[in-house]
Amino acid sequence: MSNKYEVRLSGSGGQGLILAGIILADAGIISGKNAIQSQSYGPEARGGASKAEVIISDGEINFPKVEKCDLLLSLTQESYNEYIDSLKKDGILVVDEKIEIDETLEAKIYRLPILSTAYDKLKKPMVANIVSLGAICSISSIIDEKSLQEAILNRIPPGTEEINKKAFQEGLKLV
Amino acid sequence: MEKNIKLLQGNEACVEGALAAGMNFFAGYPITPSTEIAELSAQKLPRIGGRFIQMEDEIAGMAATLGGALTGKKAMTATSGPGFSLKQENLGYGCIAEIPCVVVNVQRGGPSTGLPTSPAQGDIMQAKWGTHGDHPVIALYPNSVQEIYEVTIDAFNNAEKYRTPVILLLDEVIAHMREKVDFDSVKGKEVFDRKKPTCPKDEYLAYENTEDLVPPMADFGSGYRYHVTGLVHDQFGFPSNNSEIADTQIRRLLNKIEKNKKDIIKYEEYKMDDAEVAFVAFGSTSRSAKESVDKLRSEGIKAGLYRPITIWPFADEKVKEISENVKNIIVAEMNLGQYVNEVKRVSSDKCKVDFYGKINGHLITPTELTNFVKEAIR
Repeated sequence: MSNKYEVRLSGSGGQGLILAGIILADAGIISGKNAIQSQSYGPEARGGASKAEVIISDGEINFPKVEKCDLLLSLTQESYNEYIDSLKKDGILVVDEKIEIDETLEAKIYRLPILSTAYDKLKKPMVANIVSLGAICSISSIIDEKSLQEAILNRIPPGTEEINKKAFQEGLKLV
Repeated sequence: MEKNIKLLQGNEACVEGALAAGMNFFAGYPITPSTEIAELSAQKLPRIGGRFIQMEDEIAGMAATLGGALTGKKAMTATSGPGFSLKQENLGYGCIAEIPCVVVNVQRGGPSTGLPTSPAQGDIMQAKWGTHGDHPVIALYPNSVQEIYEVTIDAFNNAEKYRTPVILLLDEVIAHMREKVDFDSVKGKEVFDRKKPTCPKDEYLAYENTEDLVPPMADFGSGYRYHVTGLVHDQFGFPSNNSEIADTQIRRLLNKIEKNKKDIIKYEEYKMDDAEVAFVAFGSTSRSAKESVDKLRSEGIKAGLYRPITIWPFADEKVKEISENVKNIIVAEMNLGQYVNEVKRVSSDKCKVDFYGKINGHLITPTELTNFVKEAIR
């Protein structure tokens, strides 16, 4: 169980985090590991904080839900506030640069210009999820670049390959 | 060789399994958390020459499923608790008229419309007794996306083999999560088609008391004529009040399942060989139980898991045997006590049977189970 890696991607509805979760799990499987992706539905899925969860492991994954995560991504203040307590003490926190965080956190913290990269640099707000995946790929060793890029290209709508590849590269460069 | 592996949602795997089993008809009414089953069936069936029909409600969805099956189609419908309740009348019709089909129930919190987006396992007894009268029941309950794919094929096979509706139980957790499916795992798996009559058309008895208890079934429209009714009927299918006929026919319905239990009952045992405390758990809860087994063993407690995949018919002999070999049985379900009563019914007096239930819309966690076991065996 020691190699089980649990990720929670959080933000607001419409930021494509569920798709990002599916892509991350897909990449896990492409690289020969086991992966589970799950999400919460219900009131919390409409507006407010939304989240996708991914568990990647070399071994069998039994309990399919994330209790404490190794890596938390938060793209909005609201989702940060909601889920920061679910991050393991020595976990990795990846947040957009605009988010105000608790300076006393013991986690490894990455404050990155994720949203501005998507909005201003790439002029495509909808690729913030792919920029995030790029950043996560650089930061952690859970998934290799090649598998992740393959998973991205498998899951995005046809005709958007170039912009998504670019978003992924920009994300990788953020760290 | 490239492996045939995909990341799929549980509901998607159910449709893929159904198609692998030969499903060519789906009628239903979408309801959370089963909607993706209808959605994907609607996309896929027309492409292979099959039919998808969205009916006006769940009752009609069940009726159309039976109608499709009578014409020779391999038919399925999918629903959740509220829809499963509505389908019960026609489900009973399917049982007495011996119409093979698969009814998927993705369980969510109840009663009534309950907790639409949250998991539960509150329909375990409904799967057995939801429709009135003594009737045959086969209910299967997988616990992973891979197994949903495989067990959906088993559900169709059982329906075709025993000429009866088969209930496939899922829950919100396994239906909505995404996991790896290896499509090659079913290579070589038998796909069973219902036995059809070979006799001259005017000699056909649709409800004959055959030796194997499962009379051949002709497709409606194929020239073999018979009558279909929910009333107790004779071998031609015509209604009858004759007590001898009633006794013979209803007993045959039940016996065709009872006498084939060996073929129908499937289960998984995990670390049961030297277990002193055994979990009984199914569906998503069994995943938590499995993790708890490893945790308990790492602390020196000899735990194991018995996971029924066939929920009904109940494996009386197997559970009795387990109860004679362990000191404690812990039945864990996302309800307030259903299967546990069946386990208690057959368990040895020497074995302590405890129950852990949860109905707040959240999956039972391994930690909860581990703590519960430590208390229970003290």
